[in-house]
Amino acid sequence: MKVEQISIFIENKSGRLAEITGILGENGINIRALSLADTSDFGILRLIVDDSDKALKVLKEQRFTVSITHVIGVAVSDSPGGLTTILQILDKHNVNVEYMYAFVERSGDNAVIIFRFDNIDEAISALKENNVTILPSERITQI
Amino acid sequence: MIWNDDFETLPREALESLQLKRLQQTVEKVYATVPFYRDSFDKAGIKPSDIKSLDDLQRLPFTLKQDMRDSYPYGLFAVPLEQIVRIHASSGTTGKPTVVGYSRRDIDNWTELMARSFVAAGTHRGDIIHNAYGYGLFTGGLGAHYGAERVGASVIPMSGGNTKKQLMIMQDFGSSVLTCTPSYSLYLAEVAAEEGIDIRKLKLKVGILGGEPWSEKMRQEIEEKLNIKAIDIYGLSEIMGPGVGIECVEAQNGLHIWEDHFIPEIINPETGEVLPDGEKGELVITTITKEGIPLIRYRTRDITRLIKEPCICGRTHARIERLSGRSDDMLIIRGVNVFPSQIEAVLFNVEGVEPHYQLIVERDGNLDTLEVQVEVNEQSFSDKIKILQGLSTTIKKDIKDLLGVTCKVRLVEPKTITRSEGKAKRVIDNRQNES
Repeated sequence: MKVEQISIFIENKSGRLAEITGILGENGINIRALSLADTSDFGILRLIVDDSDKALKVLKEQRFTVSITHVIGVAVSDSPGGLTTILQILDKHNVNVEYMYAFVERSGDNAVIIFRFDNIDEAISALKENNVTILPSERITQI
Repeated sequence: MIWNDDFETLPREALESLQLKRLQQTVEKVYATVPFYRDSFDKAGIKPSDIKSLDDLQRLPFTLKQDMRDSYPYGLFAVPLEQIVRIHASSGTTGKPTVVGYSRRDIDNWTELMARSFVAAGTHRGDIIHNAYGYGLFTGGLGAHYGAERVGASVIPMSGGNTKKQLMIMQDFGSSVLTCTPSYSLYLAEVAAEEGIDIRKLKLKVGILGGEPWSEKMRQEIEEKLNIKAIDIYGLSEIMGPGVGIECVEAQNGLHIWEDHFIPEIINPETGEVLPDGEKGELVITTITKEGIPLIRYRTRDITRLIKEPCICGRTHARIERLSGRSDDMLIIRGVNVFPSQIEAVLFNVEGVEPHYQLIVERDGNLDTLEVQVEVNEQSFSDKIKILQGLSTTIKKDIKDLLGVTCKVRLVEPKTITRSEGKAKRVIDNRQNES
């Protein structure tokens, strides 16, 4: 249920992003979802890929600073207010969203949103209780 | 262990009378043979015969690095070139290098002092000395080499660079003593880790490290990462090269200056006045046995204090405290004096940052700006922006609290700050280029 997300530290230098996607491409690793958080000096690139172990290995070999975090993918009804319902459930259970980003693909009539929580297990049980669909990790990494 | 008991443990009174005798001879000699000294003594209205006590040394004018440059290459030599058997020169990153010449006796004395230094650091016959100081114009390589041979140790003349090969030799030859700059020792540890070599398990037991100022924290890190005793050695090519002073392994607290060959003084770098023992200021050294290029009251620009209290090792020679910077490394940022070593000390206390840093100074309009670039490491890296920003805020706050100067902290990717194979380049000051 938990999905492995790869985070990479990048300085704000031109070409750095292309270098990373290039390395992944050459190694046949497909990017499933991504988000880039940036400050004036540096950014953190967060990726979900089809083979996170391999991605971690090849990026480390190229001396990138990489870490793995667990996130979940949630199916959100693709209609007005769809996301609000989910955020309210989390709020009720006092789970904080550290950050979130939308998945590139749609799943049926739903949009997929990736969430990073301060307490992932609490978030999973709260969402399950309220019948929110959490996508299995293969579904996200292997489609 | 002591190499030369007679001289290293000479009672202070005898040591000082020996110093006076040798000082008087040196002053006579330079006055007679070096036009620069004759002029500067005449200008100061002092004759060699006026030097009647060690206190009279204060009456003599200083010698500056600039004076050496002005007399490039041989102007300060006190003997004819036929008596010079070796010539070294400083790196000369700014302008012409400073040139030093050694008579046969100078080389012999240097060798003796390096032998004393190796033994003070706990090395002896049977050790395998991995000498990674650069061989060449730089004094480090050959200075350490001769001293190690005199002790009877086996020397591997590695010189600098080619780090992977260094590690291979270290493993295969069973090097027990490493001589290099402190920053290079950490670089060796880093490359070893990348190559999958456990450097802690090698036969290395002592590192004799010098050539750049380093902090006590950095010592702890080197000792931990390489599993060695890290001994601080002091020297500068103008005075001799490495081995002007060294820490004894017994105390590891201050570096003994070989006072039967050098007279150390501490002065206020602004006014030039001699400071009382124990006060911090600029180290000034007078050579009292050198023949090739004797120097009177040479301003080293190194900031330290003099410790005259007896040391537990039994040596009677005064110690200088670990250098806290160089007066010409000192940056003045918006009127605040900042030494790179102070920033280094702050960084060592912040968890999750590497000791690799660089300071970039610029002038923005009339305002100096200081940027501290620090590498993040795997431990400190987080996928959450606020944690990384917290890290830079902490560094910024600690620097502000400790040094009173506001800076900008830039986190950079690991291993992107250039690693030095010689002296680390810590400061890039772009201010001179503009105005």
